[in-house]
Amino acid sequence: MKKNKIVSVSVMIIAVSAILIQWGCKPQTVQTAASGDAASKVYVAPGTYDEFYNFVSGGFNGQLSVYGLPSGRMFRSIPVFSVDPEKGYGFSEETKPMLNTSHGFIPWDDAHHPDFSCTNAEVDGRWVFINGNNTPRVARIGLTTFKTEEIIEIPNSAGNHSSPFVTANTEYVVAGTRFSIPLGNNTNVPIKSYKENFKGTITFIKVDPTSGNMSIGFQILMPGMDFDLSRSGRGPSKDWSFFSCYNSEQANTLKEVNASQRDKDFIIAVNWKKAEEYIAAGKGEKWPAKYAHNTWDDKTHSATSTMMNEVLVLDPTKVPDMVYFMPCAKSPHGVDVDPTGEYIVGSGKLAAVMPVFSFSKMIKAIEEKNFDGEYQGIPVLSYDAVLHGEVQKPGLGPLHTQFDDKGNAYTSMFVSSEIVKWRVSDLQVLDRVPTYYSIGHLCVPGGGSAKPFGKYVVAYNKITKDRYLPTGPELTQSAQLYDITGDKMQLLSDFPTIGEPHYGIACPAELIKGNSKKFYKIEENMHPYVAKGEKEAKVVREGNKVHVYMTSIRSHFAPDNIEGVKVGDEVYFHVTNLEQDWDIPHGFAIKGARNSELLIMPGETSTLKWIPQEAGVVPFYCTDFCSALHQEMQGYIRVFPAGSNPEITFSLGDLAEDQPK
Amino acid sequence: MKKLITALAFPAFMMLISCGGNEPATSDNPDKSTASATESTPVENEEDYSKGIGKFKDVVVSPTLDVKLASAGKDVYELKCSSCHKLSGPRLVGPSWDGVTSRREPTWILNFVTNVDEMLSKDPAAIAQLEECLIRMPNQNLSDEDAFAVLEFMRENDGVK
Repeated sequence: MKKNKIVSVSVMIIAVSAILIQWGCKPQTVQTAASGDAASKVYVAPGTYDEFYNFVSGGFNGQLSVYGLPSGRMFRSIPVFSVDPEKGYGFSEETKPMLNTSHGFIPWDDAHHPDFSCTNAEVDGRWVFINGNNTPRVARIGLTTFKTEEIIEIPNSAGNHSSPFVTANTEYVVAGTRFSIPLGNNTNVPIKSYKENFKGTITFIKVDPTSGNMSIGFQILMPGMDFDLSRSGRGPSKDWSFFSCYNSEQANTLKEVNASQRDKDFIIAVNWKKAEEYIAAGKGEKWPAKYAHNTWDDKTHSATSTMMNEVLVLDPTKVPDMVYFMPCAKSPHGVDVDPTGEYIVGSGKLAAVMPVFSFSKMIKAIEEKNFDGEYQGIPVLSYDAVLHGEVQKPGLGPLHTQFDDKGNAYTSMFVSSEIVKWRVSDLQVLDRVPTYYSIGHLCVPGGGSAKPFGKYVVAYNKITKDRYLPTGPELTQSAQLYDITGDKMQLLSDFPTIGEPHYGIACPAELIKGNSKKFYKIEENMHPYVAKGEKEAKVVREGNKVHVYMTSIRSHFAPDNIEGVKVGDEVYFHVTNLEQDWDIPHGFAIKGARNSELLIMPGETSTLKWIPQEAGVVPFYCTDFCSALHQEMQGYIRVFPAGSNPEITFSLGDLAEDQPK
Repeated sequence: MKKLITALAFPAFMMLISCGGNEPATSDNPDKSTASATESTPVENEEDYSKGIGKFKDVVVSPTLDVKLASAGKDVYELKCSSCHKLSGPRLVGPSWDGVTSRREPTWILNFVTNVDEMLSKDPAAIAQLEECLIRMPNQNLSDEDAFAVLEFMRENDGVK
């Protein structure tokens, strides 16, 4: 106890001096050191678990990272839209189809917003969906394997930003295009013909309730604008999804200025239930489209890519009562729905006030046709008729809002680098706390669902200069953890993040950890090139293709001596990990491979393609330290010159029955 | 005799259920089982180790072979065991199975193949074997049926008819 006191006192002294120093030179950033009891609040003792899983987008690294809260410890980086040579993702023959698109194999994307699957608008711990912003895609990650299980491309889209934001029972994940583009047959048009030729789309991707498999339900044709963010409704608003948009000016150049002219852009309310009715009634127009649908199979340990060729499109100017516009102050970024489903917060990033809309008022305004004209054929609801109220002087540059379980909202302020806490009912600002620096998204565990677990808010910051040891021109981006259990938010810790953490989501570990898969049952392995036991290990030549059916177990490969491949052959190492225990992957690497290693999970089969370049003897080895004899886990393959006619031979050990001839 | 084995296997399943099976602290994490070794009840004399440590207590096998079960055991062997254990000759990674059923009690074998990590941490004979082989035997997650089948195949390999 005494020791603790000393620690607390010294922490306090450090904190106070830090505050004094900060006041001296940087008035805006008052609180750089956490207060005295912060350390104990984030301390997770060795060997014990964190209370929450936190899934954080990797932004421009195209991946999804997994952290624990409150510790901020990172457990895993899940490759989603970007290749990952460490895991062989995008390099192994089995994973390559996951990154196939209508543009061919795309090794990278910009991953922005993870969102949990939900049941009754509460996090159900089954899947995480995340959008690819650049080459429009949505991925589904399974939370038993923590692997990307499916990726679907979005046609008629350019920059899938307002996505995925699932509906209350995961009926759909949504995808609004950031860029409007010319669509249909005539796409080669002058850029200056934006107003005439450019259109946007909002896509509803149907999710199979059992398998999670995605398919494009329908697309809604929208006026040419930029679509920014979205959130699906819950409770009374469960049949609706909401999208923010900017550039209602329809500018096509210098948008920094030209897309900020009008006082108001829109929050778009889409009644997807109504859209479903129109689709069922055959009102959807069939548009030709080319988009890839890629699925992973845990039994064959392989991905399949299927090219699709058609979508159903609904035009809201032809089918009424489906889409409405709500005016929202200048260029709204985030649109967020509170846990009850009644309030919709628009964050006008250039506006002085933050409007909060009422869903029940919106329905009433629709019923009473309380419109303020229309925009491109779509009714615009009267601002005053749909407004719950405005948060006055919330801060500068409001971006995103999360909610706790006590009726409070937490909004990130990018320009003024702070989190502002306010009450949804009376819109009073209750507290504000600085972030370091330039916060983008923020996350309360469950804070985007009907059931928040309001214990923490995490800030995801773009700028960290002076927060960490310098690492040259490029610095880490970061997360900051705040305790929100009291009236005042309290900064607890900083932790670095990988890539750019656009958005993060968190939920109690209990919802996920018990379902985690430990290994793949070898009996259920249906890979076409599996070797179920060393007896099935073999090398087979088929023309210029050589298939090596290889097994790995602590600590040897079978076979480990292979002779008779030739320069220019396509050699496929199909490595089956025979282990049946948790946390025992084996690796496989071969000298001169122009792709990557393999990292093969217990019971899994993975394939590395290798084209020998010159005659000689080439070593291969296990890359994942597997046992005391890991360094011995290695082998050789002998390569003959092109044009020769060697016999394929293979062996393992002097004790093996199948000796080379 | 198959009936006898089934009858013995049934209480074993019941125990598995009552123990909760998959508790990470016991079977899955070798480090944790090492750490908890000192906390477990000390065994009073060496003879108690002849049966190993695990859910199986006193399995009695028939003097004759269950051919079908042994055949199922051969399949398990080829899939999960043959990488490291040969049926005759010297040790490969792990010991040869030649004579294993005369070196070890059936109960010990069943416990070893179903409770690998705890056995390798606590059982003197298993530890001595590990010190010789230096590779921890992988826990290949054999079901109880698999374990009985493998035992029967070992008996066949040792000449039981």
